[in-house]
Amino acid sequence: MAGELEFEKPVIELRKKIGELKEFTKNTDVDLTSEIDKLEARLEKLESEIYENMKPWDRVQIARHPSRPTTLEYISLLFTDFFECHGDRSFGDDEAIVGGIAKFHGYPVTVIGHQRGKDTKENIRRNFGMPHPEGYRKALRLMKQAEKFKRPIICFIDTKGAYPGKAAEERGQSEAIARNLFEMAGLKVPVICVVIGEGGSGGALALGVGNYIHMLENSTYSVISPEGAAAILWKDSTLAKKAAETMKITAPDLKGLGIIDEIIPEVKGGAHKDVAQQAKYMDKILKDSMSELLAMSEDALIDQRYEKYKAIGEYSFPNEFIGVK
Amino acid sequence: MLKELFTKTKKKKYATIPSEAAKQDVPEGIMTKCPNCKKIMYTKELNKNCKVCIQCGYHHQMDSAERIKSFLDAGSFRELDREMVSGNPLGFPEYVEKLEKDREKTGLNEAVVTGLGSVNGYDVSIAIMDATFRMGSMGSVVGEKITRAIEKADELSVPFIIFTASGGARMQEGVLSLMQMAKTSVALKRFSDNGGLIISIMTHPTTGGVSASFASLGDYNLAEPGALIGFAGRRIIEQTIREDLPEDFQTSEFLLKHGQLDAVISRVDLKEKIAGILEIHQPGGTFEWQEN
Repeated sequence: MAGELEFEKPVIELRKKIGELKEFTKNTDVDLTSEIDKLEARLEKLESEIYENMKPWDRVQIARHPSRPTTLEYISLLFTDFFECHGDRSFGDDEAIVGGIAKFHGYPVTVIGHQRGKDTKENIRRNFGMPHPEGYRKALRLMKQAEKFKRPIICFIDTKGAYPGKAAEERGQSEAIARNLFEMAGLKVPVICVVIGEGGSGGALALGVGNYIHMLENSTYSVISPEGAAAILWKDSTLAKKAAETMKITAPDLKGLGIIDEIIPEVKGGAHKDVAQQAKYMDKILKDSMSELLAMSEDALIDQRYEKYKAIGEYSFPNEFIGVK
Repeated sequence: MLKELFTKTKKKKYATIPSEAAKQDVPEGIMTKCPNCKKIMYTKELNKNCKVCIQCGYHHQMDSAERIKSFLDAGSFRELDREMVSGNPLGFPEYVEKLEKDREKTGLNEAVVTGLGSVNGYDVSIAIMDATFRMGSMGSVVGEKITRAIEKADELSVPFIIFTASGGARMQEGVLSLMQMAKTSVALKRFSDNGGLIISIMTHPTTGGVSASFASLGDYNLAEPGALIGFAGRRIIEQTIREDLPEDFQTSEFLLKHGQLDAVISRVDLKEKIAGILEIHQPGGTFEWQEN
């Protein structure tokens, strides 16, 4: 199978061997059924050993898997009547972000997400899912439109980060991200964010100020890529594996830190192994979140978002408080 | 012996040429050399000019204490949350030691000083980032102190002024530092919706997560001349696009040219200009009109 990952090789090799034995049994008179049964039992054990004890770096590999499902795949499986809207009305259409209107179980919503490509050609078109300012401004335009028509907003986060380029800086990458954080804070409609792949820094957060932040089990969310962190902190980007552990970037880590709300379980071995099943897992949590948030008033939604972010941070006053209050 | 004293001293055997190091060696503290135009001037004179080079206008780095002195009315500053210190949420190796070292070096508890003060008599809530502490990087404490200063401005209905100086997010606090971008922006939004006035003054350097949050969210976005302001690092961009960037890339002047700033203002004029903006935001004036 293409795109197998280093840590799951034992599983894949064993599976291959079982396949070979089955083929052999079919074509000859030698009966190996008992052998096969034994091996299959071993495979099951091995699978649970490997997939249930994944290290942060293993999850990074899954989050970056070339066939990992993208925003548009989830949109096609979770929503109906999707109508894609293009352009920021000022500069252009950034295809690293997609968005539009759709129905979720019959309920009108706006859905927005980073969009990676799955092959080189599409990745070039999508700029590897790394947006320019016009991408964020398109997203904001669609959010404001959703607010006008009182539609809940669902954001899928999947980017290595905002694009670091000359044109991006000229057009105000910083301002575009900052503006989204600011405006998302005040949206009068429910906002649900789901990290589906890599959640890279400010470029991810710019679609990530919501009432609920969920993460797929094998997605990551971080202030900097493990490679970048290793380069800055230890001047050695090959220490990325160590950085992935130290920086606490996996869904279980972030749940532990109180940053995210729910971990959406993934199918064994990662979402790419069964997208349809993965969409079902996601559907359940989205439905729960939607019904909770739709019961809230506009003010309550804004207040909930305020309190949510206000609570993040670790600090203390070990000495006597001497400032004015 | 005595005779020797009156005889002409012997010719020096060696010519003494002042070494390069000695030439550079300006008595510490008394004189300062401008790194831009190389002019050597009295530190006192430089300080009197808001640490702006008297010859070329180069803006020397200013720490928070100097900023308070030069920008706020004398004796008006009252600090908030001075004793707030960071935890080590990720259990990051050596982080606690690094913080301790910077505390000793700077006399500050964190990379931002917040408080209340006045500018030509106008009360403001103010946050001043200090790049001498951990490069002004934003962790939990920086985010929380700035948020509290915004909330204070909201509570007292006074403008919020922020001087930014930061390398960006604080790596050692990982995603918690990223979330401070959201926290401060959410607070600014509430303040803004309540009619609050936000003035952001970007100073050297304002990059990464700080530039992509509160620094860019002023009703007025201003900058000191020659400051480095941008989202991504210059080297990363050069590596990504594989071409050389213009000399003035990501400077205040570059941002002004590209429509990202309201104005670039010399530090020497800053207080007066800001006071002017504050003045315009005061209620007042008389205007008579006739109803039809």
